[in-house]
Formats: sequence, structure tokens, C-alpha cells
Amino acid sequence: MARLNINGKIHTIDVEPDTPLLWAIREQIGLTGTKYGCGVAACGACTVNVDGVPTRSCSLPVSSFTEKQKIVTIEGLSKTVTHPIQQAWLELDVPQCGYCQSGQIMAAAALIAKHPEPTDAQINEEMTNICRCGTYNRIRAGVKLAAKNAKAGNKTNKAQRA
Amino acid sequence: MTIAQKLSRRGFLAGATAATGGLSIGFHIPTAEAAVGDTPEINAWVVVKPDNTIVVRVARVEMGQGTLTGLSQLVAEELDADWSKITTEYPTPGQNVARKRIWGDFQTAGSRGIRGSEDYVRKGGAAARMMLMQAAANQWKVPVSELTTSKSVITHKASGRTLRYGQVAAAAAKLEAPKDVKIKDPKDWTIAGKPLPRLDTKAKLDGSQIYSIDFKMPGMLNAAIKETPVPGGKVKSIDAAKAEKMRGVKKVLVIDGNAVVVVADTWYRAKTALDAVNIVWNEGANATVSTASIKAMLSEGLDAKQAFVGNKKGDVDTAFAGAAKKVEAVYRYPYQSHMTMEPMNATAQWTPEKCMVWTSTQNAEAALATAVPASGLPIEKCDVIRMNLGGGFGRRSSSHDYVRHAVLVAKEMPGTPVKVIWSREQDVTHGTYHPTTMCKLTGALDDKGNVIGLHMRISGQSILAGLRPEALVEGRDPGTFQGLNAQGPEGQFGYEIPNLLVDHAMRNPPFRPGFWRGVNNNQNAIYLECFIDEMAHAAGQDPLEFRRKMMKNYPKHLAVLNTVAEKSGWGKPTAPGVFRGISQHMGYGSYVAAVAEVSVSDKGALKIHRIVAATDPGHVVNPQQVAAQIEGSFAYGLSALLYGEMTVKNGRMEQENFDTYEVMKMADMPPVESYPVPSGGFWGGVGEPTIFVAAPAVLNAIFAATGKRLRDVPLKNLDLRKA
Repeated sequence: MARLNINGKIHTIDVEPDTPLLWAIREQIGLTGTKYGCGVAACGACTVNVDGVPTRSCSLPVSSFTEKQKIVTIEGLSKTVTHPIQQAWLELDVPQCGYCQSGQIMAAAALIAKHPEPTDAQINEEMTNICRCGTYNRIRAGVKLAAKNAKAGNKTNKAQRA
Repeated sequence: MTIAQKLSRRGFLAGATAATGGLSIGFHIPTAEAAVGDTPEINAWVVVKPDNTIVVRVARVEMGQGTLTGLSQLVAEELDADWSKITTEYPTPGQNVARKRIWGDFQTAGSRGIRGSEDYVRKGGAAARMMLMQAAANQWKVPVSELTTSKSVITHKASGRTLRYGQVAAAAAKLEAPKDVKIKDPKDWTIAGKPLPRLDTKAKLDGSQIYSIDFKMPGMLNAAIKETPVPGGKVKSIDAAKAEKMRGVKKVLVIDGNAVVVVADTWYRAKTALDAVNIVWNEGANATVSTASIKAMLSEGLDAKQAFVGNKKGDVDTAFAGAAKKVEAVYRYPYQSHMTMEPMNATAQWTPEKCMVWTSTQNAEAALATAVPASGLPIEKCDVIRMNLGGGFGRRSSSHDYVRHAVLVAKEMPGTPVKVIWSREQDVTHGTYHPTTMCKLTGALDDKGNVIGLHMRISGQSILAGLRPEALVEGRDPGTFQGLNAQGPEGQFGYEIPNLLVDHAMRNPPFRPGFWRGVNNNQNAIYLECFIDEMAHAAGQDPLEFRRKMMKNYPKHLAVLNTVAEKSGWGKPTAPGVFRGISQHMGYGSYVAAVAEVSVSDKGALKIHRIVAATDPGHVVNPQQVAAQIEGSFAYGLSALLYGEMTVKNGRMEQENFDTYEVMKMADMPPVESYPVPSGGFWGGVGEPTIFVAAPAVLNAIFAATGKRLRDVPLKNLDLRKA
């Protein structure tokens, strides 16, 4: 048995403790937005955010998680595709085949939360997910656009609160 | 497209019934529930619903390259449709068979998605518009010539009346298809030719896009597979006692005598149990093959007497005899793996009455052709529902082995749907690899540094010999000479050289080759474009001017070369330590060129600062997607140049995953300036062509930076420090 907090909901699942989080999410909980790409934490398609930290779910067993850790998958990033990263991705038409993009978006969301004004060096450092279609330059532009929009949004929110 | 595999249930049943002489098919097709319903089609390409939604049927497949949006733009353009109301769906290959291939070819390869179907999809859109107008004219009892159309609305100006397409669709569907259909001049386009956003982006942002690997059915089981690691090997014996007792395991079986499969409730349990099966392989004759033995085999071909001729002009031997200077070099190109992000997988459900497959494929007709013999059923009892692809790059057109696996396994469990997923390790070690070849080039220069002779002897693997030997032409594989042929709309050698010989000594190692984005253009462009650079250097001439002298008769090749020269500032100073390389090529009907700017540190570290790329594909349907394809081509091509190599030891591929077969990541990706320069009058592809010039432009820039000719890629194996 494992108890996992996924997208704000506690799931009790009857699964072998060495099952990777990825396969628990996909096959036990039924959320298929998180992708299998390599199984060895090399490609990043399986990235979910655990307490805000981008995490490669294919290589960590469910036994290493407690229900106190907040796991967010692509399905839980926003209710209606409104996260600044999703909005920027939409505006720039970032995805091609799209298979890696759940992981890219989760990594990018964590990146702009950590670095509200990310530099190219920080983007290179943090965005290590593989995209075989080659959308890297649009991802880079998308991260910058999202960071810019998030900052403008924060200012607007502050102004509205004031 | 939502689950785009919505198929017209009525159409499918009607078609299937016709094809089987009245057989009633009671098979449940889960994805047919959200069918177009009873809305009649205007024609095979266009369905207009009463609410004005337009469904464009797409025969080619979307795998990231934007063809779904591009083809819809072409249809919507001719239809004068309201773009905001466009949706799409895939017909199935079974429907295509039943309707005498009304949708033509499903194959999505060779950069043919748009160029191979633009004519008939545009006419499909135009014909549908004519029928909608005729229906309105009939209703109003006015001549059709008095009507105009715009944004899915038909207007009769004289009376001020309007009708939406949805209001006359049912009447239009009953009309006869017009015989004389005119299509627009591209200069009048308002939907096509514009940088419209893709139709399929949103579902890729929230996890709702369903790929083949995500497909679910009630009662579905999952399977993992291990196929012989050595090509031609067989399963000698298995001990599955432990695996069979593991949780969730339903069945352990051997298929085709060369693969072991575990079926379980979940895939992870199937995979874990498969790892617990003790398999003894009969490795067969190929167990001693190695990268070195393959290299020796290819090297022998470089000087072999027998070779197939691809392009011949004048007499190279005479040119060599009279040369003021001779230049010679040997290049090699290794095996590459496709590494689609989504590993191969397929779901099948088999009963004696019906075999259905749900999978991601670049050619659903080929997937069907694979499913039929595996199922043991006649073609009219089989069909393939297309799922979204997590990448194709040629892997999902080269072989549908994964479909065969799913059908064979499902056949062992009648009625139960089974999804077979290859692990990444299975995927990488059982690919259809970019073929490996070598090339010996000999060039002759006269005393003024003009090229008077060139011999390119290619030695190595033929894709057709491996995949479709019946397509060889008297033993010769014409595809080997991609980009090197004397003429033809697909690709043309772009230099005037009085004495030329391009020939191929076919040498086929036992590893299955495949079509890999760019295909044989990839290595042919490296061989030719790097060697042209070598000859320019030997002649003491600027690589751009050296090329230009030989390109007077090839104005389109020259135009893209001039574009990148101008845009990159060729001949003007670069930043300190930065050097330029240039290259051009033609393939899949398009003309492409690139300039790369690179620096190499004292320690030999390469940095690619900038890529300037131009393509002339004749017509551009969506400029922002063409730009995306150009960038993507560089990511794919430069991944191969920097890291890509599958090596062989003891008859097995040595790389198994992304940790050993590295590919380019964000930090490696250079800025790419793309310049689509469509000159009109022809239709070329865009999904692949710019990949051809990626590697040679960078290699030529590395020579400019270091004085080193790197002829045995990938670069990860090489010392780039200054010579």
C-alpha cells in the first residue's frame, strides 16, 4: 500500500513498494499525461513536481514518498491551461509531437518559480529534458515569455490588492 | 483533434459490409462512440455539420511536423471556410480499402505530407465549396454565378440573402460531385500561406492528448517483450516458473520463435516479470558481428570492382590522368537510432470475427498490411485506428514490427485487448537504423583550381535491400543516391562537373536499416559538401566562390546558397575566434542551404554560435511551422553529428537508452535563423530537407576554426583541438 498526495488529493494504492512513481501515476491512478520515455531518469518525459522540485518519476519508487509530499502532475498544474508556462507555450506554439512537453512544462514551471527572471545559463542548467522534435528554442523563448508575463501578472495583482 | 480516431460508424459499417458481401460486423469499436454521427459528408475530405463545424479528413498523419494544420489550411482555403470552426479526423485504412483508396496514400514520410497530397486535398475543398454553393443556388432558385462565399457563409448579393454552410450541407451532400474543379492561385491565399497557430497545441499542454501508449480499453491487459538481441537469433528455451507466479501476471509466451512476452494486468508488472524470465537464446550466425567487422566489410567496397552507377558524366579516369592536383578522402557515417520519445507500442484486440489495432503509425495502410497476416483474418475483418504519435522520424514507417507483436499476442487471448509496449531498451536495440555507409571521394583540379573530375564511391547498406528487396531495381537501390542524381524533382546534384562518377558498392550488414529523418541525404550531403570544401581549400579558394563557379546552371540551388551567404554576412568579419562553414543540398523537392558559425576552445570544446538556414520548398503553407521544422531539423541533425552512433559488439547493439545514446539538449541548441524563400511553381517538402545541411555546415566551420577535417563522426569520439 502506498499513500500519495497527487494534485491535492490523497490516493491509497495497492502496489508493490518498488513500483516507480511514474507507473503508479499512469497505471494505478490513471493519469497518463506524465510520460514514459527512458525509465532511467535520462530524458525527463516523466517529470512531476514534488514540493515544487522537478522530479523524474520513472526512477523513484513509491515507497520513497509520503503523503505529506505534494506531487503535482501536468494534469494538476492548472485547471484550465492558465499557468503562465502553458499560456506562453500556447502563444508560441511550442510543442511539435508534444510527447515530451508534459515534462518540459513541469520543469519550466519549477524553473520560473525558482528564478522569476531566468538567464540563458539558468535555462540551460535547469531545462535538461530531451525533445527529439527539437523545440528547444521555442521552449527557451516560452520560458522567458512566461517569466515576463508572470512578473507583469504579479504586479497587476499587487496593484489590484493595493 | 480530440481522440481523432473518431470514425464515421455508419461509413465504416457500410464500407465493411460492401467489402465483405453483406457480412454484418458486430464488433465494438470504442473510439467510434464520438462519431461524426449522421452528418453526411460533402465529399471524402469535407464534412460540414449543422452547427457549421467543418471536419477535414486527414489521410496523412500528424507526428509533430504540423501537417494536420497545414493540410487543413489548404482545404479551408479552397472551401472559403471559417478557420475557427475547423476540426479534423483520420479515416482508417480499412475505410480506405473499402472505399477503393478514395483518400489515396496514407504514408507520411519523405516529407510528402503536404506536397504529396496538396493537389487532391485542395480540389476536395474546392469541390465541396462548389457543391455548397449549388445547394444554396437551388434553394434560392438563382444562378450559382451570382453567389459568393467567405468564412463559411454563402451570400447572394443582389437579394442580400445569406446561408451558413451548415444550413445547406445536407442538401449539398446529395449533389453530384463537380467534374471541373478549379483551385486558387497561391497568390490569392488568405488562410493557406499564413502563420496560423496549430490546431492541436492545447491538448499537448495539460496532459489530455492521448498517444498510443496512453490508450485504454475496458479489460485491457499490458505486455512487455524481449526480442532476440542478435539479428536472426531464436529463443532456445525459457524458464518462466518464477515470473508466472508474480503478481498480476496472466501469461508468458514466445512469439515468432524469437521473442518472449509477458502479459500482466499492468505494464510495469509485465516488465518486472519479464526480467525474471530466464531466457536462453540461440544467437545464430550474426553473434560475431562487430563495428570493426562492419567497417572492414564497408572498407572493402570502397575499391571493389562491381558497383551500381548513380550518376555518370564524361570520364573520371581521363580527368584524373590530366589533373594538376588530385584530392582524396574517405568518410564514414555510423548507425543512428531514431529515439522517438514514445517507444514503440500498439494495442490489439482479436476475435475470430475481427482484429482491431490502435497504434501510432506513419502509415496506417502499412500497419494494416502488417496486422492482416499476423491476425490470420482477411483484410476486411481487420482495421487500424490511428493514435497520436510521440515522434516518428521514419521509425514508424520503416517497420510495423510492433503492430505484429500486438496482434500475435492478442490472438493468444481472444477477445482481450492487449497493449504491448517496448521498453526503451527494447526500442533502442531493435530499431530500423539509419544505414551505415562509407564514401571514398577523389577529385581532380586543373591548374586554375577548377574541378574537372569527381568520383564518389559509396560503400554500404541499402535501406531497400533490408526492408523491401522487391523494390530494388536490378539489384540497385536508387535511394542510395539521394541528392546525387543528375536530375529529377526529388533531388538534383547541384554542381557542373565535366567528369563525374557516383557509384555504390552495396554491402549489407545484418542490422535492419530504416528511413531516418533525411535518410541517405544525411551522409551524402556530408560526403559531397565537406569534400567540396576540401577541394576549395586545395584550390586556395573561398568555399562560397568555389561553389558559385560550378552552380550557374542550378539557379535554385544557388539562390538559397546566396541567401544564407548574405544573411550570415559571409566574407565579413566574425567575432574573435568564431568561424563560418557553408553547405547546400537538394532533397525531397526542396533546395536548402546553411551557414554555421562555430568556435573551438583550446581544449577542443565546440560551441555552435549561430545557424543561418534557407529553404526553397516552392510554396509555404504555414511559415511559422516551416520555421519550427527547420529548427527541429537542426536539433535532429546536430544530435547525430555531435553524439549519434550505435555500435555493435558480439552481434548486439551496445547502446540501450538515452544515457548511452546521447542526443542534443537545450544547452547544445544553437540559435537558428530560418529563411523560407519559396520561389513558387513547385511543391517541395519541409519536414526533413534542412537536416541535410546541418552537419556539413558545422563540419566545414570546424575546419575553418581548427584546420581539421573530421571524416568519421560523431564528434564525441574526436579530438577537436587545433591541428
